[in-house]
Amino acid sequence: MQPDSRPFEVAVLVSVGRHPLTGRARRADHDARGLELALGLGRHLDRLQVRAVHAGRHDSGNDTALRGYLGMGLAELTLVEQPDGADVIPALATVLTRSPPQLVVTGSRAECGEGSGLVPYALAERLGWPLVNGVVEVESIDNGVATLLQALPRGQRRRLAVRLPAILSVDGAAPAARQSAFGPAQRGELAPLQEAGVIDEAFAEWTFSPARRRPKRLKIIKATSARERFKAAAAKAEGGGGQVLSNVTSEQGAEAVYKLLEEEGVLR
Amino acid sequence: MTDDVMTGIARRDPRKEWIARNRLHPEHDRVLAELGKGSAAAIEWMGPHGVIRKNPHTAGFIGPSGLKRIDRSGLQQGGAPSVAVRARQESRRRIDIASPAFLVAVVPEMGGGRLSHHDRDLLGLARQLADADPDRPGAVLAVLFGGYKGEGEGEPKERALGEAGIDRLLHLTSDEYEGFAPEARLAALAAAERELAPRHWLLPDSPLGGADLGRRLAMRLEERPATGVWQLEADATCTLGWRCTARGAAGSLDIQRPLPRVALVLAECAEPVSDTLHAAEELTLNVELPANLTRIEDLGQVAVDPAAISLGEAEFILSAGNGVTDWEGFHHAAQCLGATEGASRVAVDNGFMPRDRQVGATGTWVTARVYVAVGISGAIQHLQGIQSCEKVVAINSDPGCDMIKRADLAVIGDANEVLAALVDLVESRRPQAKRGESRDAA
Repeated sequence: MQPDSRPFEVAVLVSVGRHPLTGRARRADHDARGLELALGLGRHLDRLQVRAVHAGRHDSGNDTALRGYLGMGLAELTLVEQPDGADVIPALATVLTRSPPQLVVTGSRAECGEGSGLVPYALAERLGWPLVNGVVEVESIDNGVATLLQALPRGQRRRLAVRLPAILSVDGAAPAARQSAFGPAQRGELAPLQEAGVIDEAFAEWTFSPARRRPKRLKIIKATSARERFKAAAAKAEGGGGQVLSNVTSEQGAEAVYKLLEEEGVLR
Repeated sequence: MTDDVMTGIARRDPRKEWIARNRLHPEHDRVLAELGKGSAAAIEWMGPHGVIRKNPHTAGFIGPSGLKRIDRSGLQQGGAPSVAVRARQESRRRIDIASPAFLVAVVPEMGGGRLSHHDRDLLGLARQLADADPDRPGAVLAVLFGGYKGEGEGEPKERALGEAGIDRLLHLTSDEYEGFAPEARLAALAAAERELAPRHWLLPDSPLGGADLGRRLAMRLEERPATGVWQLEADATCTLGWRCTARGAAGSLDIQRPLPRVALVLAECAEPVSDTLHAAEELTLNVELPANLTRIEDLGQVAVDPAAISLGEAEFILSAGNGVTDWEGFHHAAQCLGATEGASRVAVDNGFMPRDRQVGATGTWVTARVYVAVGISGAIQHLQGIQSCEKVVAINSDPGCDMIKRADLAVIGDANEVLAALVDLVESRRPQAKRGESRDAA
């Protein structure tokens, strides 16, 4: 790759999080991990420019939370000012189209509000960019193609190649964010940017309540006779008629186990 | 009781009758067979005085504890227990919806090529939506991507899917849907939307399948989806006639809102279908799906060190117990199979395995898809720990132990020998597979 005069631009969308126990505003966990991922791209690229963007209202309540991102090593944070109850997607889309970065990194879902995890998807659809969710690591960036590792359930990883510009969303599987330093956080600048706000009307009509504990599922017994009811009540848990191979050589036994493992697709 | 052929006079042999009554007599079985009472048919007969006699010794069956049980409820009459199970399945009410008023589209995640618990719950919820109005029933349409692995031997796909509550089936088997292919799958769903126009789209809010695809689909259809839905109730004031409760703000809020067209649903949102059998009639799309330009390329799964995966989320666990004596061989087997190592409490207490590898109520509750228990007899605490495992394989020398009862496949034999044979088998077949892979990559 020949050296490019323009730096590689990454925009990280950050939000105000909420501590799960105290309920206090903090830097959102997934967004901080996203910023960590973006800052770590420096090892692949000569010139990297990371821009953090927050859309929303800025007040004394969330100042510390937003400065938490600055404390990770940023000089400034773009603050797209929006009124309360605004839909941030149009504003973010405008900001991103005005000065398009090569990569947008977001968290997978917000920690307060609707928290549906739709922001990266809505932006991808509006901008027409490809989107990869659950990114853990960016392995390389070469000729406009990024090679990524995506987290799968059960600790598995998948390698993907995506054409830039692209949107990556990051969840809890990504490496933990670095600590936020107090001094740089206070010295950093919140650069405000005025954008017209679009009020989210549907959101205002919904009713919100603290999460109720979900009812535990009961075992429903459909019995027609007393005998069946008794059997169901006295039943011991069993696997449901497994196959038992006795009087076989160890080779035959191993063959049967191998067959099952292969069918389940766990052998790699 | 035997008729004399010459005279036609009924002759009785009191000695034989006495032997037939005496179960402990050494010639009892032979005499019973002679008198024609040995088979199950001779439970009742007409006595010499015209009274119906019953032989309680031939009735009944041997119960699970080895004692003879006589079932007087009339259910057991001359049948193997599997008949009752089969009869219950046959008794499922068959439902054919010929001309549905509307469609409820479901995209199951199909982890490992079969319906997961989450998918079944989702289909149960789809049935609630479809069957709300008995006069104008809707049909549940399932869109499946990739191959389907049938459950049970010889069971047709329609049967298993019909039992889960699927009326219509759109099965898309093409290579382009394999792996991470959100763009191709989204194009197929968009084509289904244009052609079939379902009233509802339901997807599981699970990291493997629906959470990503459902959000993409909603954005493509320009709908605002409800995510993390866990409850539904009918409400005529809403556009679609339903109101849902969804989790928001990282699980700390409940949001009550009208049900939108696209909903991403949590597990245990509804009871799975259990008493009806649906048609699972296959549909095909008339339009040719356009070959779309993919900007995301799947380069395949990456080999992850299985020892680095925590036991609680490992997919494939090889677990050792007291029956394992060759520990070198066990570690080698785990490495060779690519399995995460687990252990029973005995193996940990004896110092063969570290404490963080202990499976069971006092150790880790595992969620593996395949759990291979080597030389583990299956204490109740251990069985509790593997409750949510899908397939359990037991290799044990004791055929009567509890692990064998729990296992889907049990091999009775010396654990170390079977494990060594398994390692040989895997190693002998592996080089061929590896060669094939490198050729594909080139």
